[in-house]
Amino acid sequence: MEMVTLLTATLHAAIISATPILYAALGEIFAERSGVLNLGVEGIMLVGAATGFYTAVNSQSLLLGILATVAVSLLFGLIFSFITITLRASQVVTGLVLTIFGTGLSAFLGKSMIGQASPVIFHKIPVPVLSKIPILGHVLFNHDMLVYVLYLLVPLSWFVIYRTREGLNLRAVGENPAAADALGINVFAVRYFYVCLGSMFAGLAGAYLSLAYAPSWLENMSAGRGWIAIVLVIFATWNPVRAALGALIFGGVDVLGFKFQARGIGISPYFMRMLPYLITIIVLIIITARSQMAKNLMPKALTIPYDREER
Amino acid sequence: MNELILEMRGITKSFFGVLANDNVNLMVNRGEIHALLGENGAGKTTLMNILTGLYKPDSGEIVISGKKVTFASPRDAIKSGIGMVHQNFRLVDSLTVSENVILGLNDIHRFLNIQEIHEAIGNFSKKYGLNIDPKAEIWQLSVGERQRVEILKMLYRKVGLLILDEPTAVLTPQEVVDLFSSLRNMAQEGKTVIIITHKLNEVMEIADRITVLRGGKSVATMLKKDITRQELARIMVGREIPKVLSRRCVMSEENVLELTGIKALNDRGMEALSGLSVCVRKGEILGIAGVAGNGQKELVEVIAGLRPTLAGSMKINGKNLTNCKPGDIINAGVAIVPEDRVGMGLAQNFNVIENLIVKTYRDSENSRRGFLNWKHLRKNAEKIVKDFDIKTAGVFSPVKLMSGGNQQKLLFARETSKKPSLLVAAYPCRGLDLGATHAVHQILLSQKEQGTGILLISEDLDELLNLADRIAVIYEGKITGIVVPGKASIEQIGLMMCGGGKECIS
Repeated sequence: MEMVTLLTATLHAAIISATPILYAALGEIFAERSGVLNLGVEGIMLVGAATGFYTAVNSQSLLLGILATVAVSLLFGLIFSFITITLRASQVVTGLVLTIFGTGLSAFLGKSMIGQASPVIFHKIPVPVLSKIPILGHVLFNHDMLVYVLYLLVPLSWFVIYRTREGLNLRAVGENPAAADALGINVFAVRYFYVCLGSMFAGLAGAYLSLAYAPSWLENMSAGRGWIAIVLVIFATWNPVRAALGALIFGGVDVLGFKFQARGIGISPYFMRMLPYLITIIVLIIITARSQMAKNLMPKALTIPYDREER
Repeated sequence: MNELILEMRGITKSFFGVLANDNVNLMVNRGEIHALLGENGAGKTTLMNILTGLYKPDSGEIVISGKKVTFASPRDAIKSGIGMVHQNFRLVDSLTVSENVILGLNDIHRFLNIQEIHEAIGNFSKKYGLNIDPKAEIWQLSVGERQRVEILKMLYRKVGLLILDEPTAVLTPQEVVDLFSSLRNMAQEGKTVIIITHKLNEVMEIADRITVLRGGKSVATMLKKDITRQELARIMVGREIPKVLSRRCVMSEENVLELTGIKALNDRGMEALSGLSVCVRKGEILGIAGVAGNGQKELVEVIAGLRPTLAGSMKINGKNLTNCKPGDIINAGVAIVPEDRVGMGLAQNFNVIENLIVKTYRDSENSRRGFLNWKHLRKNAEKIVKDFDIKTAGVFSPVKLMSGGNQQKLLFARETSKKPSLLVAAYPCRGLDLGATHAVHQILLSQKEQGTGILLISEDLDELLNLADRIAVIYEGKITGIVVPGKASIEQIGLMMCGGGKECIS
């Protein structure tokens, strides 16, 4: 019986732990599907986390906190888009700069918020009826609003990408922008839109950290989750459903550390905390070793700026 | 019949100060097949890219069915009934035929009913005699089939004017016949076709009227029936074309290259060479004919030592060099002019000198104690530039500023500089104009006369028949037959390229 309780609690926590990674990964899937690699995810997450927390504390409104996060991360998405899509600068360099900038900016502006508690946070809302199902009820249906939104976003993203006209346009732009352009699809508009969408998702991932996961502000509180999300996108071969499964694995590993620590199992907590990153590296090695698969499914135009009159 | 559907007047367009189109005029009648003829760099493709809204002209106007138009994008052009099939197909490889056809269409339901779409596209393609499986993904298709998808895409958008940019460059003779018959069908149904080409044979076969571009200017428009092939050639080139090349047979019985039962995989891990055997003799040009993608690329890479051989053996001058390092193979006297001269043959940002010495910089006359001897290098490079008649801004200018023909000559200059015993040339004249093609042919013939064995891979059968001493046909990774030019017709070879026909080994 105790084992069951432990398992239920671990799975429940794994979903919470997976949520911010999955938000960021879904956003990155959209951006990369359009042919833009946004390595600024980590930075945008931190800025989103700081903005959301600051606004929620000062306005005492969760909604305003989320809206502010969306607005600021949209701004970051626009900046990134302008530099990489309109000015055609290197996506890799711009993304790295954005991450460094976001990390520094959030640390600087967030100094005064350290140690504060937000009066409003995302509370768990058990879903009536469903949460009463034994085991699964608690694991799946005893979460906060942002988790439930994610439950809808995963299948919705899959449907948009594979079963709609817009998704077809998106895939075409990421694979062969010249072909899409020749058929009258506005490559620049599509890329701006999905990069900004992805950026907003990354911001939400951050707000989840500071308003639900660990409701507070800590410098560099995303702790590399943005980078894990970027690896997850490759692992998921740019498919939202596979990303959800991958996020659960990462979330599960993350949680195991805490659970082991809580039960006093004699493995160094530092080692356990290292595990998610170690797994990330191993996943990368495995994927790269079997590169054929990831290479064939990778959007062909990824990281290549589009220039119509290039000769 | 003589109703004007398109009029382009005084079109001028320059790129970075270079005039690509200089006051060009073009008039096309409804329902005709109009050939736009000119050498590479004459401005044909630029003109058509302006017509389809991909480029904006610096000046000039476009009139369609009597109405002046300005296109901001290809979408505008398609709306006005003008569609283009580009030389490099604009298809999304990972999508299906149907998805490529409906891509960008707004009257498709927002939520895609994939089954229904496949059916509609299948029926539509049958109507025009363009047979294709709508469910196939593009990367699975042959080049000819991909071209059909491109044409289908335009017809599905109800274009009245279809532009084809060098449509036959990548097709087998049989596919060309099919393409031309469907173009004639389209013209009969009232569609207008503009075909961009530099091949005179095709113009004489398919066109109703011809406009010739030369050096960015439109020099003449005439009906095909009013002109001969020779006159047309003179108008296009602006000078007399050198006559047929003189050939001497200097072939000996000695083998420079001996491949026996070679097996190798392609990049996707599938068998690309399945037991290929072939010999190249000293002083002969052995042509390899075949549809692209039947193992030619892998064959070159195996010979170069860039792709592992799983079975079989390779001997060069009698020495077994199977699975040796590229360096050892170069030292054994093998020179390679690869298919992708821009990406693999030359370093685009390197200058002429640097490109010339990438294989020989260690030689004692080129460098001493790790330092390059620039004085010698410069003198040597200037001599080569002169000998090979390479047009360049100077031996210190990067090769990316040179035209394709001059880059190719430079590549040949480097590869032949050390008197190779085997020269492998893959599609050496692809994309070159008449003058440069002629120069490359001369280089090949003179190398042969000096006793080099040459393996010439080409998809241009006329070229092979003109140059080769023997032609080996490659199909699905095997040599399916070897013929001697003059003893087999183009049609027979074409059949063998598609896996048909008897083996006529001689």
